[in-house]
Amino acid sequence: MAVAELDKQYTYDEKGEIVVVEPGHTFESVTGAITGVVLTPPEKTPKGWIFGFFIAFSILQLLMVSVAWLIYRGVGIWGINVPIGWGFDIVNFVWWIGIGHAGTLISAILLLFKQQWRTSINRFAEAMTLFAVACAAMFPLLHTGRPWYAAYFLLPQHNTLALWFPQFRSPLMWDVFAVSTYGSVSLLFWYIGLVPDLASIRDRAKNQYVKILTGMFALGWRGSARHWARYETIYTILAGLSTPLVLSVHTIVSFDFAVGIIPGWHSTVFPPYFVAGAVYSGFAMVLTLMIPMRYFYKMEDFITTRHLENMAKITLVTGSIVAYAYLTEIFYAWYSGSEFEWYMMKNRIFGPYRAMYWMLILCNVITPQLLWSQKIRRNVPVLFVIAIIVNIGMWLERYVIVVVSLTRDFLPSSWGMFSGTIWDWGLYIGTIGLFLTLIFLFMRLIPMISVFEVKMLLPQAKLKESHHHE
Amino acid sequence: MNKEEKAALYGLLAEFNTPDELVNAAKKTYDAGYRQIDAYSPYPIEEAAEAIGFHKNAVPLITLCAGIMGGLTGFGMQVFMNLYHYPLNIGGRPHYSWPSFIPITFELTVLFAAFTGAISMLVLNGLPMPYHPLFNVERFSRATQDKFFLCIESADPKFDLAETRKFLNALNPSEVFDVEP
Repeated sequence: MAVAELDKQYTYDEKGEIVVVEPGHTFESVTGAITGVVLTPPEKTPKGWIFGFFIAFSILQLLMVSVAWLIYRGVGIWGINVPIGWGFDIVNFVWWIGIGHAGTLISAILLLFKQQWRTSINRFAEAMTLFAVACAAMFPLLHTGRPWYAAYFLLPQHNTLALWFPQFRSPLMWDVFAVSTYGSVSLLFWYIGLVPDLASIRDRAKNQYVKILTGMFALGWRGSARHWARYETIYTILAGLSTPLVLSVHTIVSFDFAVGIIPGWHSTVFPPYFVAGAVYSGFAMVLTLMIPMRYFYKMEDFITTRHLENMAKITLVTGSIVAYAYLTEIFYAWYSGSEFEWYMMKNRIFGPYRAMYWMLILCNVITPQLLWSQKIRRNVPVLFVIAIIVNIGMWLERYVIVVVSLTRDFLPSSWGMFSGTIWDWGLYIGTIGLFLTLIFLFMRLIPMISVFEVKMLLPQAKLKESHHHE
Repeated sequence: MNKEEKAALYGLLAEFNTPDELVNAAKKTYDAGYRQIDAYSPYPIEEAAEAIGFHKNAVPLITLCAGIMGGLTGFGMQVFMNLYHYPLNIGGRPHYSWPSFIPITFELTVLFAAFTGAISMLVLNGLPMPYHPLFNVERFSRATQDKFFLCIESADPKFDLAETRKFLNALNPSEVFDVEP
């Protein structure tokens, strides 16, 4: 494998750690390598990109068909029934929104902790966040069956049907505010981060149309010291604002369940457990996307083995928190003394959905333990496979929480079973198509690594003399 | 110095190769008494802003105020709707159930703070600005790539074309450019 051979030659810095940017780069070569992908003329677009985009775009068509048929026929085409009123739609919503969290974590929390290795992956991870939130937001709207009415009961507006209809005491309302705020603040953070890089592209572009277009979005940025000072301030503030925001979003998503009374949902461990799960699945998705990307675009100089290794470590840590939460859930169910809770847990482990449960344990708890080994953390193909397994595991976790709890509540007369129909799967796979399509467009049209921040990491960027005012 | 001369140019622009050269030059220029100056670099250099005498900015304060406004808006909106404008008795629960108003209050605090802060950054920076005299210097396109620039604007009271050019040349730049307005 070419990738494996490449990764055998690590470069270490003076502290004995693998470097975050390979040595020998100049300001010019960094700008060239990253903006070069965007500035490639259309006729020279790599064949691999065209092929990948074509596949992603084809999968996207599945979404179009599924949504059209859903709106025409209603939610009856799905497998949901009474009592299982929340099926794939909510599973997918929680899964997608969780994936988004790694982007904000990388761009905000690691920035506040001054983790330099975040720099060359944050742009990509933030883009992933935006696209994942776009996929996620679709599900709560579609699961109403009549998305065009959503404005009446989701937004606080003064309308003719009922005054101020939203029920602000409902976690579902909190969700609307949390997800829309999260989506718009992430977009803002991402765009503000892009402005100086768009200016770089504007100044390098030879094509007049590219110049005008990037010039418009670069807002006339020219790198003035005053501009940079205000820019850095707001960038740090946005990171500080996003950090509690990202925690609040998944906490509120977990309230959707925890505020209910169904056995298996009614647990105080949900908020931290959901946040850890979100970060876990998000980092797995960053790895899933970044490993092929760095290989095809030869970005190994900026996304080094150290990046992959650090992400693997975070995956391991959050995976362990998730594993601990599974144990806590079992303990709570037993210790609560509630026979319904304890029955739910036994049903989850040994009942009709046991295959899902054990698959989930295999994917989420056992597989990531491989990451304790440094050899495996630095073995790129294996890491890629583990990341995909974790993604599957996290989807199963949401399935177990949402569906299995609903199948058995207090009264045996209201028990039922659930399985997804072809339209459930169509919608789910369709959103993966949407996600990948957006990722492909992003890689082609926008610098996928933050150019100005990578420049700050180069040795020649540091001031050699001390310049402090008395 | 006559008036036409002053109006003829936006300023003089010196190009440097390293961040150290830029910061040193900026400091000397500030110490020489020039105030209408600016430094340009491809990435943020804190020392450059300090060297040209820019120490504090209003962005954090504006963001804080906007955040407080957002919090009040969020909480006030829910109280107004649920207590005064359209009180609904749901299962005998109190209208003023403030703990359940906290999530939305928090979200609106963040939303207002983030957007107002980012917009204030752009407005204070005078962006968006599609045309700027500096873009007339072809070489200035390197300011977003790999070169460092220092500009003394003709609006500065101390600006004198010949004198200032001499002063900038003494700072050892790779080149000094005239910036057409």
